[in-house]
Parts: sequence; C-alpha cells; structure tokens
Amino acid sequence: MADPEGRMLPEVTAESRAFWTGGFEQELRIYRCQACRSWIHPPVGACWRCRSRDVGPEVASGRAKVAAYSINHHPWFPAFPPPYVVAAVELDEDPSVRLTTCLVDCDVDQVEVGMAVEVVFDEQDDVALPLFRPVMA
Amino acid sequence: MTFVEDRAVITGVGQSQIGRRIGRTGIDLALEAAERAVAHAGLTFDDIDGIASYPGPVAAEGGFVGATTHDVRDAFGLRTTWHVSGVETSGQIGTMLDAAAAVASGRATHVLCFRSVWEATAQAAGRAAALTGKAVRASGHSEFRMPFGAASPANWIGMYAQRYMHEFGLTREQLGKLVINARHNAGLNPQAIYRDPMTMDDYLNARMVSWPFGLYDCDVPADGATAVIVSRREAAGGLANAPISIEAAGAALYERHSWDQRADLTTMASHDAAASMWETTSFTAGDVDFATLYDGFSYLCTQWIEAFGFTEHGKVGPFLDDEENYRLEGRLPINPHGGQLSAGRLHGYGFVHEACVQLWRQAGERQIPKDVELAAVGVGGGPEAGCMLLHLA
Ligand SMILES: [Zn+2]
Repeated sequence: MADPEGRMLPEVTAESRAFWTGGFEQELRIYRCQACRSWIHPPVGACWRCRSRDVGPEVASGRAKVAAYSINHHPWFPAFPPPYVVAAVELDEDPSVRLTTCLVDCDVDQVEVGMAVEVVFDEQDDVALPLFRPVMA
Repeated sequence: MTFVEDRAVITGVGQSQIGRRIGRTGIDLALEAAERAVAHAGLTFDDIDGIASYPGPVAAEGGFVGATTHDVRDAFGLRTTWHVSGVETSGQIGTMLDAAAAVASGRATHVLCFRSVWEATAQAAGRAAALTGKAVRASGHSEFRMPFGAASPANWIGMYAQRYMHEFGLTREQLGKLVINARHNAGLNPQAIYRDPMTMDDYLNARMVSWPFGLYDCDVPADGATAVIVSRREAAGGLANAPISIEAAGAALYERHSWDQRADLTTMASHDAAASMWETTSFTAGDVDFATLYDGFSYLCTQWIEAFGFTEHGKVGPFLDDEENYRLEGRLPINPHGGQLSAGRLHGYGFVHEACVQLWRQAGERQIPKDVELAAVGVGGGPEAGCMLLHLA
C-alpha cells in the first residue's frame, strides 16, 4: 500500500504542484480566485463559487483551527505509528476552506475543535507535506 | 406524484451465499444472486433485457468490483436492449434508479440490477496488496488524504462523527445502542455474518480503530452478491410477487463531491438526497413503517435517520436512547437484517433486498411483526447518497 519508506506520497499535478512544493520555501500555497478573492481547496482551474477561471496559488498564513479530528489507532502505514491525529483544519483566511492533515507535536488527548494550529512542513522526496501543530501560547 | 410516473416496480430479489472468505469469486457470487432474483420474480433469463450494476470496472482494491455488468450478461448470454454501470452516481443504488427510468421510458422491460463483492476472499489472498502496490502515489481525491496517514474511511467519517458529537453531545454509548440493535436483529437472520449477541461492554471495550470508531462501529469485508429485478409496471402483473412501487427516489448532491469541504460537517449528502426525495411525494417521514439505512459505519446510519427526518437535526442521540424508536418490534424498525455492521458489507444493495423482503413478508424469523407498507431505504455515506421510498399497498 505504501512506498518503501512506509507512506503514500501524493502524485503531484499541474494544479497541485504549488501546494505540495511551497513548503520547501516555508510557504503554504492555496489556490485563490482573483475575481471573488475566495480561497479554493483542493486546487482546480476554476472557482466553484463564481466560476471564474482566473485562479492560482497564493501564500496563506499557515494559521488554522481544528474543525474536526479523529484519533487513529490502526497501523495503516509504517511511517505513521499510532496513535496519531487526523484532522480537518479550517484556514484562518476562510474557515470554509479545510485541509485534511495530520497533527504533530501534539498530545492526542489535548486536541479539541477550535484549537489554533500552524503549518509545519515535512519534506519527503519531491514534496513538502503541510502538517499542523498546536500554536504555542 | 410517483417516481418515473409509477412505471417502474421491483418484482424480485436474490442473494448469493454470503460469508467471510468463502473462496468464491465475485463473478460466481453475482451469477448465483442473479439466478435467484430472476427465479424469485417468476421470470427466466430470456425475459431479462436490461442489466445495471455498481460500480463497473473501476480501479479499486481487491474484491471491491466483484463483477461488472459485462461479466454477468456475457456469462448468461443475455440479449439486452439497455445496459449500464457506474460509480459516479447517487450512492450504490444510483444505477438502479437509472434502471427504473430505463424501463419507464421503454428502453427495457426487466432489468437485472446487482452488486457483488468478494473483498474478504480477495484480500485474504493478498490481492489487495498486489493491486495497491502499483499505486505508489496517491492520486485523485486520495491525493489530499493518503499522504497525511488518513488512509481509511474510518478516519474521514470519524472526523464527521467527532464534530457532530462535539456539536450535539452524541455519545459512544448511543452509537453502541444502534450497533447492538443491528447485532440483535442479525441473530434472527440466517444469512448474517455476525450473529452472536453483543453487550454494551463488548462494544465499548473493543479495540479502537479511529476515535470515535471502535471495531464494532465499522463493517467488515464480506463475500456476497445481491440482485434486484426492476420491471416495467405493465409487464409485472401475474408474476411471483406483488410489484413493489418506487414511490419516490432521491439522488441530489448540492455540494462538491468531497470528504472534507462540505459546508456543514454535521450533515452529509444523505441530507441532500432525502430532502430532494421528500419534494416529490405526498408521504412524510411519519408515514414510514420501517427503514433500511446504510451503516458501513454506525455514524452513517445516524445521518440517514436525521436526513429522512425521523428525528430533528442534532437530536439523533436522544432518538437512540429509546430503543422503542428503532427495535424490531418498535415504532420504526431499522435494519431488521442486521445492517452491514452485522450482516456483512454487501455495499448498499443489502438494504434494498431487506426492504423488499420485509414488504413481501418473506423475512422469516426477523419479519417485522406489525403491518408494513412503506419503507425508507438510504444508501451511501459522505458525499455518496441515494434513497428510495418503497411502497407495497
Ligand atoms: Zn471566485
């Protein structure tokens, strides 16, 4: 199911390249509509809100809040020893835009809805995975 | 108003042998289910001029595609005027709804609809590893989940369940009552895979898969096929069973087909489908006698309970507290056969089969004791949903 390192990396596309590689420059790059200025995820060549085709990656703050989570206890991938937290985080720029991610540097029992998190990049081969960790007070 | 002007009816159903690792192929199971459904309807294969299935020949893990439409029509040498399969549709019953439209519009007279899985056997044989081993990189919708360790629907659906619990106070014990009810019913169903009684301690102490889901909140891979015959009403008289009307159907999806972008994480596509269904019928939720609701995960069943309006949004926890609401002898029996949780992951079609068998009063020991005329069938989870209101007056 996974590569020799025990994980499954993304197949990078023309639309998703900015998302998967921005982390090498410490940037969370999310598609944004130039017509109505909404953010869009996953990246695709049109804005689902206003249907403008004038869309492309912009740099987001990397700040987000936990919208929902599940504490995974099953060993799906060797690179992800359980327990770990799978979370949907909503961007501070637009809470209606969510990223599914994995929380790191985080006690699994301390996670809650609304918790402030920030992006941290995990470089793997040709991609930098945007993971999130709790914002230190 | 009735779905496709009341021109399509269900005339027969059939199931193959069902079990775990029974060592038969998905095609073999599909052929057996088809034979039984055709015979059950009082037809022969010469009468079958249409065929429909889910999902068709898609790339998927071992055993998910038990048999394609072509596999079955070729095996029996069917002469068809209409055939279809598809995965981009309204839940696993999407192409069954298309079959109803096909007979209503004269493109076919009797359509064999089926779903076959042999996941238990195929995965035990290591086929899953062999197949997925080729996909070293995650693509399509998996692209944005797999790289984060979100490998399973247990993770994706677990997040929805967590948010709902956070918003409305639904508890693991309440989910457990639904799981235990399914197991109790399965004990009365000789075709069910798991029939031993389950206690709340069994449920709560089972190993955690992805919180809030423990082992018993998740269905398990099964081997089995289900077939349903959809016929044109004028051709259904004098057959073996009284024709079941498809009173209404719902197939709506009002948001993107996504597992994490739905505006309200405490609803699912089930809510869109059910709302669109109720717009087409004069029946209301209060008229429904029983329901068969997709429970690939326990939480998905709670979403259908809400989506159909059997309780208000946010109130499914209190609904589950009172077994009188959903037990076999109660007000609205749910999943008399044990659902996918206990009767096996037949992937959607099992719920249609059970609704028909109950309406025909052919369910044996698990037959709902009260009179039943109107069944709600809800199939799918997350962004997948299709539903029907089946009526036998
Ligand atoms: Zn726009």
